[in-house]
Amino acid sequence: MDLAIIWESLPRLLDGAALTVEITVISLAIGLALAVPLAIIRLSSNPLLWMPVYGYIFYFRGTPLLVQLFLVYYGSGQFRPFLDSIGLWVLFREAYFCAVLTLTLNTAAYTAEILRGAIQGVPRGDIEAARALGYSGTLLYRRIVLPKAFRLALPAYTNEVVFLLQATSLVSIITLLDLTGVARIIVARSFEPYKLYITAGLMYLVMSYFFILLSRFLEHRLSGHMRERPASGSAVSEPR
Amino acid sequence: MLDLKGYGWMLWQGLELTILVGLGAMAVALALGLIGAWGKLSRARAGRWAAGTYTTVIRGVPELLLILLVYYGVPTLIQDIAEGAGYEIIVDLNPFVAGVVTIGFIYGAFATEVFRGAFLAVPRGQIEAARAIGMSRALTFRRIVLPQMWRFALPGLGNVWMVLIKATALISVIQLPELMRNAQIAMGATKLPFTFFFVASLFYLGITIVSMVVQRRAEAWANRGVRRA
Repeated sequence: MDLAIIWESLPRLLDGAALTVEITVISLAIGLALAVPLAIIRLSSNPLLWMPVYGYIFYFRGTPLLVQLFLVYYGSGQFRPFLDSIGLWVLFREAYFCAVLTLTLNTAAYTAEILRGAIQGVPRGDIEAARALGYSGTLLYRRIVLPKAFRLALPAYTNEVVFLLQATSLVSIITLLDLTGVARIIVARSFEPYKLYITAGLMYLVMSYFFILLSRFLEHRLSGHMRERPASGSAVSEPR
Repeated sequence: MLDLKGYGWMLWQGLELTILVGLGAMAVALALGLIGAWGKLSRARAGRWAAGTYTTVIRGVPELLLILLVYYGVPTLIQDIAEGAGYEIIVDLNPFVAGVVTIGFIYGAFATEVFRGAFLAVPRGQIEAARAIGMSRALTFRRIVLPQMWRFALPGLGNVWMVLIKATALISVIQLPELMRNAQIAMGATKLPFTFFFVASLFYLGITIVSMVVQRRAEAWANRGVRRA
């Protein structure tokens, strides 16, 4: 079998992989920043607060990412005069902006749901003890609830990171040249589909397991104070 | 805003195909999941290795890439191999078959983990008791393990189904006229992208809601013999 084509394409595939990582990291960072307040609002007892957030989370978790991507990328065109008038069309015209916006909104919804579960998993006794010490409101969340919730959420969040990394492959459908996009272009020119797709697949595999190892390392670091107890609560995979 | 300009029927037709692809893929996933779980739990090293590689690779590679690989890559690979052996053949995959097989193959890996966990959740003592009263391994599996496995597997399998049905949207890239593809065609004709993709998304949301209700009923039914603490 002639493998020269893989060797020749490698620099371009690596460029694509760089864009894949870039989009993943940016979406994850903004998504996580949005997810924390969303999870807290979701747990509010005021229906005017939690119901819109619940609706948002339900919509983004209940529909395919591809539909969301098309809604933002193609759908924004239907509102072009309006977007033009408020000066936002320059953003929605760009596939890159639409991709990052959609992936961010998507991962924020999934992450908020993970954090909600984790916040609810913080033992009542911890919160009662903190309250007895005079903690309340923001300080209670900042010092007691959130640190513990983050630790509880880490295994599920690792899954979310890996799924988002793979979900970024959809941006190739709206013309971006991420790893999948580059592979598709080279296939269209050379007509060597399996060689290139398998190479790209291996590159995704390496990236996925890099993130998984990184998270295992983090988990190990964050659980030093409970080391000799056997680890409970395995990473239940929640495929997307 | 939701005036469909007479293209609503296309979405309904697409929905039908989406559900068909989903059900077909789920059947493939269940079969592969049982085989995969059997491999993971087997005493043979080759079985464990094969099942382990299967789940590791599937979890690390995007679905879209696997769909492209199967639809475009597999026919070429077969042609190249045949050419090497001195034959000239043309292989063309049907998008429906390619979609069902690929999505089923991907979610088979997730079903494998679900079945493995469910098998391990069946109390060991029951299996030992069945063996002690003379049931063969096959009979033990059929009469003792399998009926209870479903109960433990149901929440996980419901999850797999809901993710799988959303993944069928990706089949639109290989031109199968399912919900997404038909929404794209309608968009091209009417220039109303937001309307059609929004309605399509509501269709998917509808599938999710119905699936949730069915899952809750099924779980209640499967747990009817279990006393709650």
